[in-house]
Amino acid sequence: MNPASSHPQMGVDALRAMATPLADYRIMPFGVETLDDRLSSGGLRAGALHEATALTCSLVDDAAATLFLAGIAAREARAAAAPVLWVSSRNDLYAPGLEQAGLGSADVIHAQPRDDAALLAVVEDAVRDGTPAAVVAEASKVSMVATRRLQLAAAEADIPVLLLRRHRGRDRDPLADLSAAWTRWRISSAPSERLGVAGVGRPRWLVELARQRGGEGFSMIVEGCDATGRLAVPAVSGHRAAETAGPVRRAAA
Amino acid sequence: MRELGWRSETTEHPFKRTVSSVTPAEVRDAAKVMVAPLALIGKVGRRDEIVSACPAARALGINVGMAATHARALVSDLDVRPAESEADAALLDGLAVFGIRRWSPVVAVSLPDGIWLDLTGAAHLHGGEERFCQRLHAFCRRAGFTARIAIAETPGAAHALARYGREDIAIIPHGGVLKALSALPVAALRLESGALGAARKFGFETIADLLPVARGPLARRLGLAAIDRLDQALGGKAEPITPREDMVIPAVERRLLEPIGTADAIAQVMHDLLKDLADVLQRRGLGARSLRLCVLRIDGGEQVVAIGTSRPIREVPHLLRLLKLRIERIDPGMGLEQFRLLAPHTEPLDAENLGAILAGESTVRDPARLVDVVAGRIGPQAVFRIAPVESHVPERAVRLVSPIETTGSWPAWQRPVRLFTRPEPLRRVMALLPDQPPKRFEWRGRSYTVVAGDGPERIHGEWWRRNGEVWAVRDYYRVEDKAGGRYWVFRRGDGVAGETGDLSWWMHGVFA
Repeated sequence: MNPASSHPQMGVDALRAMATPLADYRIMPFGVETLDDRLSSGGLRAGALHEATALTCSLVDDAAATLFLAGIAAREARAAAAPVLWVSSRNDLYAPGLEQAGLGSADVIHAQPRDDAALLAVVEDAVRDGTPAAVVAEASKVSMVATRRLQLAAAEADIPVLLLRRHRGRDRDPLADLSAAWTRWRISSAPSERLGVAGVGRPRWLVELARQRGGEGFSMIVEGCDATGRLAVPAVSGHRAAETAGPVRRAAA
Repeated sequence: MRELGWRSETTEHPFKRTVSSVTPAEVRDAAKVMVAPLALIGKVGRRDEIVSACPAARALGINVGMAATHARALVSDLDVRPAESEADAALLDGLAVFGIRRWSPVVAVSLPDGIWLDLTGAAHLHGGEERFCQRLHAFCRRAGFTARIAIAETPGAAHALARYGREDIAIIPHGGVLKALSALPVAALRLESGALGAARKFGFETIADLLPVARGPLARRLGLAAIDRLDQALGGKAEPITPREDMVIPAVERRLLEPIGTADAIAQVMHDLLKDLADVLQRRGLGARSLRLCVLRIDGGEQVVAIGTSRPIREVPHLLRLLKLRIERIDPGMGLEQFRLLAPHTEPLDAENLGAILAGESTVRDPARLVDVVAGRIGPQAVFRIAPVESHVPERAVRLVSPIETTGSWPAWQRPVRLFTRPEPLRRVMALLPDQPPKRFEWRGRSYTVVAGDGPERIHGEWWRRNGEVWAVRDYYRVEDKAGGRYWVFRRGDGVAGETGDLSWWMHGVFA
């Protein structure tokens, strides 16, 4: 007798399970529901290459993109209890600022190669070594082949490689190049909430997912990293969403 | 300055301290006298005796050989500590090993407080005997030791002069040993205490008293050992120095039947050599901090490649991976036939306590392997951690340290993630004095309208660093412009007192 016809309910379940994309890899959720829901597997894939770049070539957007990646790396470092390798050819990174995104002095090992070619070699060596919790790299010129190598190495070692693509010119979009990255982000700083008193509120970023595997792109405003590298959703927009929904308004009335 | 009506020679300023009146050494000694008197006690026989006393203590009448209780009664605030002769010996041993590497191949420890260096044929490397003595003396002073140095033809004479001579540095010319020794007391000859007592009984005070006495009766009275010591000091009897052996560098070697040239073959030989070396290291309980591979080509040319590690290690796969990075630097030419692998720098590597891991406590992963891999690729100075420095001035709050060092953290003041090495000037700044953030400014040719600002965070100059910072003040503001960019700007000066700064505005960093 055919087992599928004897247990029709189980057969349907099995079929449904086969139909839904099964994530057989480790996920790093942001811990922010609205953000995680819109990512194809409920979070960033851990063993993958993720790229972020500043929306414009201004320094503040670059700083926002830096901290966005730093926050991801900080949460991963805490989970894995291992240091993060930060590879950059430049030396304008300010470590106390990085610590305020959750990456303390004890959590980061910095490497400063001379050029992008050496940088990519260092990143690949470090990923294959398997010690770091995550590798953050700042590079401007990364070829398609290099990104594919990084993606394969990251998937093999199950270590996130976070690539900060720096702008090479005023009107050249770094994400215009082909890339094998799992997700590609554009980050820019956004006006913070005006407080009742004089002062600057919690930083807000405009986070734009330009591309992800198995999902749609989107853009949204989030609140910047706190001291443990966690993002948040601005309270105002959540409040506004609640107001537009009918039942909630009735409940409030 | 000239003194009128007196000689026409120039004279020193009367209030200026003349150089010769107080020598630096005296100043140092005076400083030593200022500290509390210190004496070391040790057990001699069945009682506690002073075995060593500092100059301040000696000035107070504390002598070596005095009972500890007596010394304590004499000087109530005497700092008495137990003598650690084993630690002294270990220190001397370390100094001897250092001497083998730095000064002379033949170095021996002469307990309890000396070192013999065989300078024969080595003095010219250090610029002559006199210069060597001065350098050695300066080295000891820097290391915190008071040193007395004597150079003579025989070890016995040098031993005597270094301990009983008048000068700190004594260099006895060829043939001058007899003259230099004759004024020294008999105790300078390294005699047994019984022989010393006998010498005192017979009225031998100095070595000169011993010389005219017939040797037979002298040997009967002081013992044959005393005669030997005298002969050794005067050069009549040989006294070779038994050198302290420097640790043998662990090394392994492979000679090949057929010359090789391919990268795979070289990697295989590296693997074999590393396995041999790991055995050698394990037997000695050592881990390698650096490795050197010497490769001999069939045309006789030798090539050397080296790697370093951040922790002592003898793990073959890891070392092999580091060595493989160097294969491309080996030029095989017509073929390579001999490989030698040395570990010039080793450190103890013993069993580790795994208790914490077995108990399930999570430990932070050791970054040493990662550091080695990255340093092997881009050089050890390009891998670092950034550690805090206790300074409020932002650009001084960080320093680069070794990547395997543990570090602290910074205070939780708001700090930008990118800091400019040099602050950039702002133009056309509109701001209310004394303590309001700017309303508008121009930077890099663009104008920014500020909608919110935090501050000021006042940072004072570090007056102990340089005079220019005595009054200097920076008022830092965190401002946000209309487009949402957050910047870290500062004003020189507190806006009230003119000497604190010129009220110019600067951009120092960007927040996310």
